Amino acid sequence: MLSRVADRIFWMSRQMERAENMARVLGVTSNLVLFSSRDEQQQKTLLAPLSITETNEAYFASHKKLTLPALLDFMALDETNPSSIFSCLKWARENAHAVRWQITSEMWETLNATWIELKNFKRKDIVGADATRFFDWVKDRSHLFRGVTYGTIVRGEAFNFSRLGTFLERADNTARILDVKYHILLPRVEDVGGALDYYQWAALLRSVSAFATYRTLYRAQIFPIKVAELLLFEPRMPRSLAACFVQVREALERIEGQHGKGAQRLAGEMHARLTHSDIEEVFQSGLHEYLDECLDDIAELGTRIQRTYLGTV
Amino acid sequence: MPPRVPHFDEMHLPDGGKPGVREHYKSIVEWLAGMPPERVAEKRREADLLFHRVGITFAVYGDQAGAERLIPFDTIPRIIPRAEWELLAAGLKQRVNALNRFMHDIYHGQDILKAGVIPAEQVLTNDAYQIAMVGLDLPNHVYSHVAGIDLVRHSDGGYYVLEDNLRTPSGVSYMIENRNMMMRLFPELFARQSVLPVEHYPGLLLDTMRAAAPRGMRDPTVVVLTPGHHNSAYFEHAFVAQQMGVELVEGADLFVKDGYVYMRTTGGRQRVDVIYRRVDDAFLDPLAFRPDSYLGVPGLLSVYRAGNVGLANALGTGVADDKSTYPYVPDMVRFYLAEEPILKNVPTWQLKKADDLAYAMDNLATLVVKEVQGSGGYGMLIGPTSTKKEVEAFRARILANPANYIAQPTLSLSTCPTFVEQGIAPRHIDLRPYVLSGREVNFVPGGLTRVALQEGSLVVNSSQGGGTKDTWVVE
Repeated sequence: MLSRVADRIFWMSRQMERAENMARVLGVTSNLVLFSSRDEQQQKTLLAPLSITETNEAYFASHKKLTLPALLDFMALDETNPSSIFSCLKWARENAHAVRWQITSEMWETLNATWIELKNFKRKDIVGADATRFFDWVKDRSHLFRGVTYGTIVRGEAFNFSRLGTFLERADNTARILDVKYHILLPRVEDVGGALDYYQWAALLRSVSAFATYRTLYRAQIFPIKVAELLLFEPRMPRSLAACFVQVREALERIEGQHGKGAQRLAGEMHARLTHSDIEEVFQSGLHEYLDECLDDIAELGTRIQRTYLGTV
Repeated sequence: MPPRVPHFDEMHLPDGGKPGVREHYKSIVEWLAGMPPERVAEKRREADLLFHRVGITFAVYGDQAGAERLIPFDTIPRIIPRAEWELLAAGLKQRVNALNRFMHDIYHGQDILKAGVIPAEQVLTNDAYQIAMVGLDLPNHVYSHVAGIDLVRHSDGGYYVLEDNLRTPSGVSYMIENRNMMMRLFPELFARQSVLPVEHYPGLLLDTMRAAAPRGMRDPTVVVLTPGHHNSAYFEHAFVAQQMGVELVEGADLFVKDGYVYMRTTGGRQRVDVIYRRVDDAFLDPLAFRPDSYLGVPGLLSVYRAGNVGLANALGTGVADDKSTYPYVPDMVRFYLAEEPILKNVPTWQLKKADDLAYAMDNLATLVVKEVQGSGGYGMLIGPTSTKKEVEAFRARILANPANYIAQPTLSLSTCPTFVEQGIAPRHIDLRPYVLSGREVNFVPGGLTRVALQEGSLVVNSSQGGGTKDTWVVE
């Protein structure tokens, strides 16, 4: 497959997945703000999405104050913010258009219709009363796109690069979401085990559609260490890093050619680490440090994929 | 109202009173008569719907919302009897052979110029004459691998060549999709009479491309080079690539290394042997031509000159389809093939000649005047359908630079019944067959029929509101 075509397909899938995860993070944020009675706590909550997407500077370059509507506007609709949902949907569609003849018409039509429907939402609704409906819509469109892709495209390089993009992006996003607790929501000692702490962890689980799964798998109260274990190492949990790396590895192995060893090796190492690590040890040496390492490796893997297959760095 | 000029009716016989129907249209006329109006309307809606849906096909990259323009499709086919087509086919083959011989000649021995058949300065000073092609030997001596020859039928019933398109003629995807659409909508029609197939065109095209490979390679890698997905003909580029089963590449996908052209793939670099390029000459190689071109491949020309890659069509074919060269094509046939031309040219006045200019100035209101390098129906005057003011404005443009224009009598293009808002009415049509030159000359029977949907209009270009019809060659 042409490197340019693979690149477009890879990024089309990443951008759609990123839009979905952004919607998840913002949905949780809107929710948590309601439980943050203290100003200081509210500010920390609002900072979380900026920190995990590393857009603090960009936000404060154009805004003085951090409020929920301004944050939602910036993260959902701002055309100048490359991580905004708007930008993700725009570029997913643009990439799809460029490779319209190498993907199925159903895939193209899904992304094109998403882009057209986006205009039916009014800014004041998205940053206000209708935020939840908007985030649900973004998630739905992402689910639809993934399902349409899985259900229509021939099992070949286009499929492989689409899967690779989806799951590399999802691994990155899940790691970032899990890191929220470290970044911002670090509770004061007296809050641990309190109502706020519970809501925060529960919200985090809900943001990755894992609340019910947690209940089913652990039949227990919400313990941070268990939440981390679920989102990092549980292969049955489809948004966990371990599950993502099963898919990433498989996709890399299916791609034809002999020169992908570097990317395959790193993906294999990460998969092994996620399969054999012990959550107690991770907590002892620091969850944040562990997640940082994961994010660095994901970035490095992305670079190797770009260099090896996609002809760009 | 435009004046009514006598014209050839493709379906009806001219005999007065109640006109009869030509033999090869009888089956269609019966079928149309037997179809209730509701069903006709329903089928036309279905066609529209299919084109919109399947019709990713006729998409042109439109606005932000991803809207698409469709080129109108008319469901009444244009029919040519086989015997008539055989004669046209012989004429097309002869004409394209002569044109390829001409292009080889002007880039080699220049016999035709030395013999004084065509003024040398007219060829050698032409903007499209490509110095880089001088002395370069091409496989099978073919320059225009894909030629689109525009034919019209005059009121005398004869076919005339309106122009030769030897650079990157487009529209062939419509020819194939129109047939697909007709077979899908009206399968019963194809049971009534034997329509010669056109669906094998992509296979013939691929054979033609392979024949353009350097040094007779047996299994060359062929690609289609497009300016990209914002180009209005992108659908066709993607379509022919997909139908031939080859990669559709953009300039940035290709690079030159150690004397060869490669494409960047996920499996590493892969050598490319033949490029069916749908990018104009000037944009092909920023090192040799326009330095601001992002559409081309730096160094491509050097590989081409070294004979390590084939280009279809070749560089520098524009000199042969220029409207100032057109009047000499019948002479080329006589000069190279020692045959009488089978296809007729439209009489043409070259306004760079004083006598011709004087004639044109006296008769401007009855003539069609075209720019020498114009295409797409732009920059032309159709005397009989223009106002006095328009004619005078054009006269001033001609006088400012007469050498830039040719003039022709206003041909009355033949008409074919066409669905219009009020029902069925005659509309003017032309025909563009696609002629493929590789080791031999090949084509599929028929071509693309374009139809001017405005009453009385003679301009069939899709950029000017023209539509298309399926074209049948029948036994």
